[in-house]
Amino acid sequence: MTQYLLRRVLIAIPSLLGISVILFTVLALAPGDPFEELATNPAIPPEVRQNLRASLGLDDPIYLRYFAWLGSMLQGDWGYSFISRIPVDDLILQRLPTTVAVIGASQVLALCIALPVGVMAATRPYSLFDQVANTLAFVGFSLPTFFTGLLLILLFSIHLDWLPFVYSTKIDATGLAWWWAQLKQSIMPIAVLGLFQGAAWTRFVRSAVLDVVRLDHVTTARAKGLPESRVTLRHVVRNAMIPVVTLVALQMPAVFGGAIVTEQIFRVPGIGSLLITSILSNDTPVIMAVTFVFAALVIFFNLVADILYGWLDPRISYR
Amino acid sequence: MAAPAARKRVGPWGEAWRRFRKHRLAVVSAVVLAVLILGVLVGPLFWTLPIDEIDFSARLAGPSWAHPLGNDDLGQDLLARIMYGGRISLAVGFAAMAVAVTVGVAVGAIAGMAGGKLDAVLMWVTDLFLSLPQLPLLLLIIYLFRDSLKEVVGPEVGVFILIVTIIGLFNWMQVARLVRAQFFSLREKEFVEAARALGASRWRLVTRHILPNALGPVIVAATIDIAAAIIAESTLSFLGLGFPPDIPTWGRLLFDAKDNLDFAPHWAIFPGLAIFLTVVSINFLGDGLRDALDPRRVI
Amino acid sequence: MTEDDLRQLIGRVQRGALSRRGFVRRLATVGLTAPMATQLLAIAGAAPAAAQNQPAYRATRRGGGGALKILYWQASTLPNIHFAVGTTNQDAARVFYEPLAGWATDGTLVPVLAAEIPSVENGGLAENGRSVTWKLKRGVKWHDGQDFSADDVVFNWEFARNPQTAATTSGSYTGVNVVKVDDFTVRVEFDKPTPFWADAFCSASGALIPKHLFGSFNGPNARDAPNNIRPVGTGPYRFASFAPGDVLRGELFQNYHGENRPFFDTIEVKGGGDAVSAARAVLQTGDFDYAWNLQVEDELLLRLEAANRGKVNIIEGSNIEHIQLNTTDPSQEVDGERSSIKTTHPAFSDPAVRQAMALLVDRNSVSQFIYGRGGPAASNFLHAPDRFRSSNMRWEFNIARANEILDAAGWARGRDGIRAKGNVRLKFLFQTSVNAPRQRTQQIVKQAAGRCGIDLELKSIVASVFFSSDVANPDTFPKFYADMQMYTTTMTQADPQRFMSQFASWECAAKANNWQGRNAPRFRSEEYDAAVRAAEAELDPVKRAALFIRMNDIVVGSNHVIPVVRRPLVSASLNTLRPVLSAWDSTMWALQDWYREA
Repeated sequence: MTQYLLRRVLIAIPSLLGISVILFTVLALAPGDPFEELATNPAIPPEVRQNLRASLGLDDPIYLRYFAWLGSMLQGDWGYSFISRIPVDDLILQRLPTTVAVIGASQVLALCIALPVGVMAATRPYSLFDQVANTLAFVGFSLPTFFTGLLLILLFSIHLDWLPFVYSTKIDATGLAWWWAQLKQSIMPIAVLGLFQGAAWTRFVRSAVLDVVRLDHVTTARAKGLPESRVTLRHVVRNAMIPVVTLVALQMPAVFGGAIVTEQIFRVPGIGSLLITSILSNDTPVIMAVTFVFAALVIFFNLVADILYGWLDPRISYR
Repeated sequence: MAAPAARKRVGPWGEAWRRFRKHRLAVVSAVVLAVLILGVLVGPLFWTLPIDEIDFSARLAGPSWAHPLGNDDLGQDLLARIMYGGRISLAVGFAAMAVAVTVGVAVGAIAGMAGGKLDAVLMWVTDLFLSLPQLPLLLLIIYLFRDSLKEVVGPEVGVFILIVTIIGLFNWMQVARLVRAQFFSLREKEFVEAARALGASRWRLVTRHILPNALGPVIVAATIDIAAAIIAESTLSFLGLGFPPDIPTWGRLLFDAKDNLDFAPHWAIFPGLAIFLTVVSINFLGDGLRDALDPRRVI
Repeated sequence: MTEDDLRQLIGRVQRGALSRRGFVRRLATVGLTAPMATQLLAIAGAAPAAAQNQPAYRATRRGGGGALKILYWQASTLPNIHFAVGTTNQDAARVFYEPLAGWATDGTLVPVLAAEIPSVENGGLAENGRSVTWKLKRGVKWHDGQDFSADDVVFNWEFARNPQTAATTSGSYTGVNVVKVDDFTVRVEFDKPTPFWADAFCSASGALIPKHLFGSFNGPNARDAPNNIRPVGTGPYRFASFAPGDVLRGELFQNYHGENRPFFDTIEVKGGGDAVSAARAVLQTGDFDYAWNLQVEDELLLRLEAANRGKVNIIEGSNIEHIQLNTTDPSQEVDGERSSIKTTHPAFSDPAVRQAMALLVDRNSVSQFIYGRGGPAASNFLHAPDRFRSSNMRWEFNIARANEILDAAGWARGRDGIRAKGNVRLKFLFQTSVNAPRQRTQQIVKQAAGRCGIDLELKSIVASVFFSSDVANPDTFPKFYADMQMYTTTMTQADPQRFMSQFASWECAAKANNWQGRNAPRFRSEEYDAAVRAAEAELDPVKRAALFIRMNDIVVGSNHVIPVVRRPLVSASLNTLRPVLSAWDSTMWALQDWYREA
């Protein structure tokens, strides 16, 4: 086990390096220019644009820029944003708490919906509960988040005027009032993301539990006369967790990476919106930093999932 | 003694068909899906209003006899647009799902079965695809391939192939991870051991014993992928990669409608309903098929 | 309209037969800006010294107004005026920094940090157009308590013109020399007679940064100055906090130089999201006081306004949404570039096709049903009901006439209904950026063209690519690898010189200049070039105005450039808010005068 872990961690390093090379190449080759708005502004002479490009090293060959980036990254220097001229790590740290709070909460919400509803639906397949849960789940993932987000805004902000729809990072209140305001402005983005994710996960949980319910060892457990709740929890759910763990592990990096569409709708200053504005303005240092951390998290949580598989099903061997 | 031949003999397929028919929702879904597909294929033959006839006097008009599903903000007939767009949306949805599921199952199955180095390499590729930022990559793909593909296979087919490939390639990772995890667990199960002991070949082991039991999450992922692909297509057309902006696909109709949601809800409701019905019917169809083909059925 | 016509018009204003407003509006229809028009009147002594349309400031004491919340659907990233890329950043910087003078929306120059506006009468303007002398307001303090003086003004010139700082404002400061006369007087000297002298130190891009904080960063390290993201200016609000890409906050500056100003205690400029929901946040829920640049279909704004919480402000400027017809052939590659000026467009080289195309743009519908108040149909031709009316220069939408013209020119319909002549078919690729009103406009033009046997293939390109200067990308507007394209050209200065010179032949975008030229349709006309050169040095404002009108007539008359709609600035504000806006300057140009009525 320890040896397996060690090997996986060692593999992770060249994996990350490889990914970083590909990321950098894609970004360097992708069309776009950090100074697009300068291009349409007739007041700015072309020399200024060229000076700017040169001062940011944009005219160097790709491989030189990659090694420069890698060198400083290894020394813990994340570089400066082309656009804001402040250190990239400051920019990310500014947005991390909001992202983790909103996206994290939505993932928790999704799990809290998907696990109980999925299990209950699967233990009584084709009952009324199952039908209703399924239909809601289908609605949930057939509608894109840009749509449900707007629906919620129209209902709760404009029609009922209960919730604000512009997220503010600085609330002028303290104590309980602060928490209340924070809660009010977070409900809608969390709900939009959580329900979308929860809908899909519910279907997965239901399907996974259904698969296990039909297996022999469950029938055996039931035949032994164990109470139904115990059968469900001990024998069914645990065995059905493998796909769920896979999915959750797939989603975990998003807690760092943010959710672009939802952040845009509610103006949540998360890492998703940082990434998209950086991409649209070709702010390579920021894109590189965010995607690189994201890649590290993807690899890390893949590893965590692999270890959890072994814990859930001890027969899985590590080779 | 006379043979007790009172019961008609039923083959395995007949048995499956009998079970499928008993699954009422699945039958209804099959009908709904058939109607949807038929509607978008032959509907325009009967409903001959053009999709791009601009009529400012009917802007944002609600459903009427002349326009059963109402009009959009240029007064274009929504029924005609939804039927026309449905062809593209359904085709893109199914094809992209097929790409994603095929690649995902293949990668997941190979990684899950082989383990070791091959697994490590395949998982590296999966992680790579998961961590690539999609927007710059899309822009790069458009830039590299659009024109050359257009020249080879013509604009419509070229765009279609490109869209399907791209959506498929951005969506297979989840299936691969799911299948791989299922394989890890299933390959150690008793019935697989038994089959292995009986001398079943690796191929037979995978196709006959493990894969069918790993299909549950794959079916779910496939239906979710169809919905995702229909939506994703509309996003792509904003990047200039999808179909031209005047082609009304379902995702695009939904997106165009969103700002007028409170004033002209019909504009959004019908394409939304179309996507929903497609997803629901495919899902129940999948459930019905699985129940019909699985000998250890629950109901 | 010729020079004589102009002089007669001015005469009518002097005699009182034509209002100043009517004059300004009439000149706008021939493509002249309000500042130019006002300048013409000033020469004739028919202009008032102070701006007329400025609403009165009714607050009687400094502060006490609570919070002012402004919403932008784009977020600012760097609030230093010299590095500001795009309007959002310029506006963010302008909250804290101030120029010597700004442009009111009626075209008059209003002093901010200057004591008075230079003129020939007060000795500020040299008769020969070679220099302008600015007297500075006394007693102005920076937010950190230091005194503002002529040294700061001179420093901004040194900073912006330094190639190593790569300032985006450098265009205003190269080619001029700035001399400190005394602590409160500076002289700007031009190396040639300059009709448009109010560029350096004026309007948003002319805002001033303090020498004592940026003095040691006048070089390659300019972008590392800590105060780039912590502005210290002279404006009504001082810096409180800034999160790039999210929110900018300021608080009242107690020592502001304007009497009883500002009114609000704090200011917040929140960025991000989309224009429609920004309009909702002001007009429907009243969560914000002001929402900037609402490029939204007018139908929607009218419905939102029905909530009666706020109103839509429309400020006429000179931005113009137009369609360009390529003069060169986008499908032919010559020396590694398409749309090369060595080629000619197979169809658009025929004036009949261009004329037909112009007749097929239904500007009325586009204006009425898509842009509404946010886009009056543009003609750029004189169509006022008097003897200057020129019947052959008016725009019209007429499919039948377009058909006649094409028939007469020998473009016959083929079996598929598409017109052709020889082996040239009227099948065009029409590109624009991704933007809902633009896609609607494309569809309207496509339908009309279809009825005339012209097939349009529509293409929309994501704005960050279309408007980029990326040499490697084929989809940028300067490359123009399409037959037609549509976008808005913004006029960033009160003077049309730079705006109009974009169609000069030396501005043609080409591989040789890395497609940095601004002339995307590759329009070439010797008469046009001559007019641009003449206007650069013409000191007589009336003659100069006539030259601009001539340029406009040449390029629009060729139908290579088809004006569609004018794009005034559309914003939303609460009914109680009294914002002071201008089309010729930043949104924040008179922030000190904003107040709320009880």
